[in-house]
Amino acid sequence: MTDMTAATPATPDAAKVETPFQRFRSEFFESRVATFALATFGVIVLLAVLAPWITPQNPYDLAQVDVMDGRLAPGSEAFAGYTMWLGSDGAGRDLYSAILYGLRISLAVGLASGVIALLVGTVIGLVAAYAGGRIEAIIMRIVDLQLSFPASLVALMLVAALGKGVDKIILALVVAQWAYYARTVRGTALVERGKEYVEAAQCLGISKARIVFRHILPNCMAPLIVVGTVQTASAISLEATLSFLGVGLPQTEPSLGVLIANGFEYMLSGRYWISVFPGLALLFTVVSINLVGDHLRDVLNPRMRK
Amino acid sequence: MTVFVIRRLLQAILVVFLMSVIVFFGVNVVGDPVHMLVNPEADQSEIAATIERLGLDRPIWEQYLLFLKGAVQGDLGNSFIFGEPALQLILQHMPATMELAFTALTLAIVIGIPLGLYAGLYPDNAISKGIMAGSIVGFSLPTFWVGLMLIMLFAVELGWVPATGRGDLGSFLGIQSSLFTADGLSHIFLPALNLALLKISLAIRLTRAGVREAMGQDYVKYARAKGLKTRRIIFVHVMKNIMIPVVTVMGLEFGSLIGFSVVTETIFAWPGMGKLLIDAILQLDRPIVVAYLMIIVMFFVLINLLVDILYSILDPRVRLQDQGA
Repeated sequence: MTDMTAATPATPDAAKVETPFQRFRSEFFESRVATFALATFGVIVLLAVLAPWITPQNPYDLAQVDVMDGRLAPGSEAFAGYTMWLGSDGAGRDLYSAILYGLRISLAVGLASGVIALLVGTVIGLVAAYAGGRIEAIIMRIVDLQLSFPASLVALMLVAALGKGVDKIILALVVAQWAYYARTVRGTALVERGKEYVEAAQCLGISKARIVFRHILPNCMAPLIVVGTVQTASAISLEATLSFLGVGLPQTEPSLGVLIANGFEYMLSGRYWISVFPGLALLFTVVSINLVGDHLRDVLNPRMRK
Repeated sequence: MTVFVIRRLLQAILVVFLMSVIVFFGVNVVGDPVHMLVNPEADQSEIAATIERLGLDRPIWEQYLLFLKGAVQGDLGNSFIFGEPALQLILQHMPATMELAFTALTLAIVIGIPLGLYAGLYPDNAISKGIMAGSIVGFSLPTFWVGLMLIMLFAVELGWVPATGRGDLGSFLGIQSSLFTADGLSHIFLPALNLALLKISLAIRLTRAGVREAMGQDYVKYARAKGLKTRRIIFVHVMKNIMIPVVTVMGLEFGSLIGFSVVTETIFAWPGMGKLLIDAILQLDRPIVVAYLMIIVMFFVLINLLVDILYSILDPRVRLQDQGA
């Protein structure tokens, strides 16, 4: 970010041509909200990655957890001597540690399902756009059919059928979300396919697969990135929802949703912190990704360009 | 037209049939309900008797055929836990869900449209920017967390309204509902607000976009030139044109409100279909899960069918396109 000023030319110089990436970067950082959101998300990821080194306790190592520390208010001192700035949960786990470890699981599940759904959806969408005819008609019928149900309901149906577990949740999220990518890619790819550079590539006798993946796909990236950010945020939120309902991740994989669910029973007796702090962590994660995605949409959309 | 309707109807039936296969086989591969239902100290013969009584010893395709045969006759099997017909249990819980979704939809329209109208009329003012920022947050917030915060604030801290349950039911024109008693209203307020939040954001965005587009149109300029009061232009001319699409889209969201109510009902212990579903999943009560999913699928297929037919009446191009494909 230090060379940000270099990317925005102070004097209009015809010799210096901005690369598309430089222009994208300077336009992105023009928005203070988006820059702040991106920084927040960066910090969240960093905290999650560094969790084992910056927390006083490994909340899932039973030797380090003391039941006597249960339900302590924020700022209390743990039996082991450190301060529990965010309080502790019913089992005596330090909430700050539990949240950072929970973030790791939430982010990993959200990102994994986001990436897999992106890959699956992109390939299917490209196939539909390039194959055309019957194959396209069938694929798009399935996509339309699936998009007529809310993603949350599709995921809920799947976990009802599949049961608990990390792999099953990721599968459910992928199935619930691939159609959004497929629709986006197919729409963009159809437009690209009609362009001259594709015709030129066909005249050169380049293979179909190469045209699709090396020529058309790179030009579909902009809308894919936008859909990808928004869908990843919704995958994280959806996983938390399912885990909260008790049909998502098991207690042995305590994501933020599981932590919030565990705190729910204490909420009515006024011990707000057990649910509220993991909830805030989830909130910051989802909102920061959405704000970045919202701004990406504006920057990458050629129609919005002044 | 008739051909189009028949074709769509056949497609809808095919979808429902396919979903019944997926749902039934999916749900029946999971877990072992015998362990849930039989006393852990029961001996082999008792377990065998239970398995036979529930029909779990037959091959799965035979179980499916029995299910299909029953389903056509409106019998989706008996709940393992309650011993009552699954369909009947779900229908008993349906009014509570409908009442919640209906109230939420009303709240979304009553709150969202005026806010969107304001944001569309004065797009650059600070309040409008606040409204739009609020709608982004409204889209991002997970429903269940908002529900928790509402309980904490209004029920635990302030103590204004109760946190859980449905309250007293009143009866009006033969319909039993929480909406007809003061106690019931105080119970429905929080869950309905929680469920409405996403749709309020949606209504704000739709109305704002509609208003901004309409304000630049020739008919508004003409009305201005004619010397009409701004108030009359907005509430008579602009609103008339934007209300139809906004209300249509909001109406279509009714289905997703029923889907989302699963979360809200669980948090607020609202005795609707959604809570029944979650309880059934946790207790491996498969007939209830299958019946719920089938009813929801039919509900959505029906909504989509109606929309398709409605659009084909309004816009004949939809019909022609379908024949070409």
